[in-house]
Amino acid sequence: MTMLVYLIPVALFLGGIGLIAFQWALRSGQYDDPDGAAERILIDDTPEDPI
Amino acid sequence: MSCCAPGAETLPSQSLPSDEELLLVSRPLGNGLRQVDLSVPNVHCAACIRTVEKALASLPGVEDARVNLSTKRVSVRFEEGTVPPVTHRLATAGYPAHLAEDVAEDGDAELSRLLRAVGISGFAAGNIMLLSVSVWSGAEGATRDLFHFVSALIALPALIYAGGIYFRSAWNALSHGRMNMDVPIAVGVSLAYAMSLYETITHGPHAYFDASVSLLFFLLIGRTLDHVMRNRARTAVRNLARIAPRGALVIEPDGERRYRPVSEIESGMRLLIAAGERIPVDGRIETGASDVDMALVTGESRPIRVEGGASVRAGALNVTGPLSLVAERRASDSFLADMLRMLETAEGGRAGYRRIAERVSALYAPVVHLGALLTFLGWMAVSGDWHRAMTIAIAVLIITCPCALGLAVPIVQVVAARRLFEAGIMVKDGSAMERLAEADHVIFDKTGTLTLGEMRLTNADAMKPAMLERAAALARQSRHPASRAIAGAVGDDWGGTLTDIREVPGDGIEGHDADGVWRLGRAAWAGRDGAGSGTVLTLDGIEKARFSFEDRLRPGAAQAVAALASVGPVEMLSGDTGDACRKVAEVVGIAAWHAGMLPSDKLQRIAALEREGRKVLMVGDGINDAPALAAAHVSIAPSEAADIGRAAADFVFMKGSLDAVPFARSIALQANRLVRQNIGFAIAYNVVAVPIAVLGHATPLIAAIAMSASSLVVIANALRLGFTAKRPVVSAGQAIQREALA
Repeated sequence: MTMLVYLIPVALFLGGIGLIAFQWALRSGQYDDPDGAAERILIDDTPEDPI
Repeated sequence: MSCCAPGAETLPSQSLPSDEELLLVSRPLGNGLRQVDLSVPNVHCAACIRTVEKALASLPGVEDARVNLSTKRVSVRFEEGTVPPVTHRLATAGYPAHLAEDVAEDGDAELSRLLRAVGISGFAAGNIMLLSVSVWSGAEGATRDLFHFVSALIALPALIYAGGIYFRSAWNALSHGRMNMDVPIAVGVSLAYAMSLYETITHGPHAYFDASVSLLFFLLIGRTLDHVMRNRARTAVRNLARIAPRGALVIEPDGERRYRPVSEIESGMRLLIAAGERIPVDGRIETGASDVDMALVTGESRPIRVEGGASVRAGALNVTGPLSLVAERRASDSFLADMLRMLETAEGGRAGYRRIAERVSALYAPVVHLGALLTFLGWMAVSGDWHRAMTIAIAVLIITCPCALGLAVPIVQVVAARRLFEAGIMVKDGSAMERLAEADHVIFDKTGTLTLGEMRLTNADAMKPAMLERAAALARQSRHPASRAIAGAVGDDWGGTLTDIREVPGDGIEGHDADGVWRLGRAAWAGRDGAGSGTVLTLDGIEKARFSFEDRLRPGAAQAVAALASVGPVEMLSGDTGDACRKVAEVVGIAAWHAGMLPSDKLQRIAALEREGRKVLMVGDGINDAPALAAAHVSIAPSEAADIGRAAADFVFMKGSLDAVPFARSIALQANRLVRQNIGFAIAYNVVAVPIAVLGHATPLIAAIAMSASSLVVIANALRLGFTAKRPVVSAGQAIQREALA
């Protein structure tokens, strides 16, 4: 059962990464225009100055 | 041009915002740039995004343009000191744009707070569930205590942050002496946590951390969806073209012309109102003659001729000629403001409405809390062990904790709102749907609601084609609704030509050819003897043709009235003349109608009906309807309605056809039925679960299974609303054609 000492923190850590990633996505405006994001993938212009 | 450029749904003749107006609403960004947000209702797809962004980016002075497809808006950044012809460029590209209302920032802040809460509670629920499964499958002793302890640690932040939404709402309700669904939720969740913590510390076998956190997670998902749906509807309503002007061209005492926002216009200022603009404040005409369209102000369907000395009201549309106006009152004292005040006092009745969820929870919470108390007393009497009695009493609270009940109403309303949204109907809030299902008396406004407020020529067939073509050639030079109707009645393939065509605002149009002087307009002006009434075509003062018009019916009007007969009595209240009302009432099949109604008369009629215990559904569009829309039990407005009318209505429908009203009603009835089924199910579930809990058999595993199963059943039941028949969406253009043929 000593492995639990590692496993629980590891599980929480991985979950925490997911949570932080979600918060970051939320804060950087990635949920502002979900419809637009879905459609923009279809625009096949190459941007003039690569990002 | 793209696949989905201008559609038949575009409403005719919306004037574009002027450069001054654009500058007025744009805001400086600080680095030599200004930004303006425009609403572009026609963008639908990737091709539209590209067309719009490319079209704007190619304009000189435009730094950057970005389309937001979800809100159907485009943000344009341009250099300070220039005003690029943004709206004109968009209109020529096939995407008419108008100035967007400001997005309320707090609306978005609320959404990100909800999303963050969903994220945190989801994270906590997942991890605690992982630990709980180990406990259920037989973890014992120190391992179990460790798992419980870790669960408690994870649950605490989730409870504080995500649960905070419920605690605040529950506290808010209780401190006002009311009861809402959040009270039993808040009590259940916090007691479950407190007891589980106690169990953990005393090495007990049962902890309900998983139940309390996953309950929050489920409920937050429902709440977020509800918020997203309502936000969507609100944005769609805000994206509609603003009808009240934001400013006007003021002639300063030194003779200079300046564009000032409406709020700065004082009484005594001189204003210039071009043809096609709306009048911003009540005033008196100084010079100029024109026709003003009062359809939104009083409900009169025909434009009224005005000249120097006449008074005009805020909200009227100046149709034919430029006017110079002396403001008599400020915007805050104008007709519009009177209506706003009347509207505010009228809204008292609706505020007393209690939503079905509130009514249920007002019964439910005392029953459950009392049941838990009785359980505690019963076990105390039987066993005398207060710890055991307490544990079982709290288990009763947890298992009855209204997960299903908390979702029963919002989930149905989210699905229903989505169905309505797809059909082009926006719902302001969930209670509107409940109120619509209750309505048992229907009141229609006439101008702009049953009719489109556009004229139609009725005697084109009885007229000599040569005369009609001449009249149309003249009419094409004018924006007067009667001219438009004449011009619309014939094709433009007439061989002859008229020269020196000029419009005399308020009177008519004049043109010359080899035969003499042709005039189209008021009989008193066009005829030789200067008398008579109606619209005529004359040659050198001799009448050649006489035109009669009627107000064009809104598509689906008669069908909607027939369909609504099942709701209750249908009547029509209008500010227009008795003659005009009778014709419309006969065609659409309304027996009860009142003409010449002032806004206060409409209000009184509704108040009288409500006193009799009727629940009134009001359908109207004008400024004069706004108080009535607010006073009625539930109200619906078309998207072309005046800003204030749209703001006062519970539902706003797009796409022109009046069949939206019976459709919304049928969805509301279905939603109502599903809500009742869901509540019935939630209660049935409690009837089964409570005895198990009272007898002391509710383990955390049983609680988790019961809770998830009941939530899933409720959600599945709500989704049934998605499979019913669709609104037969008829675009305005098609329907008008069909009616013209019939």
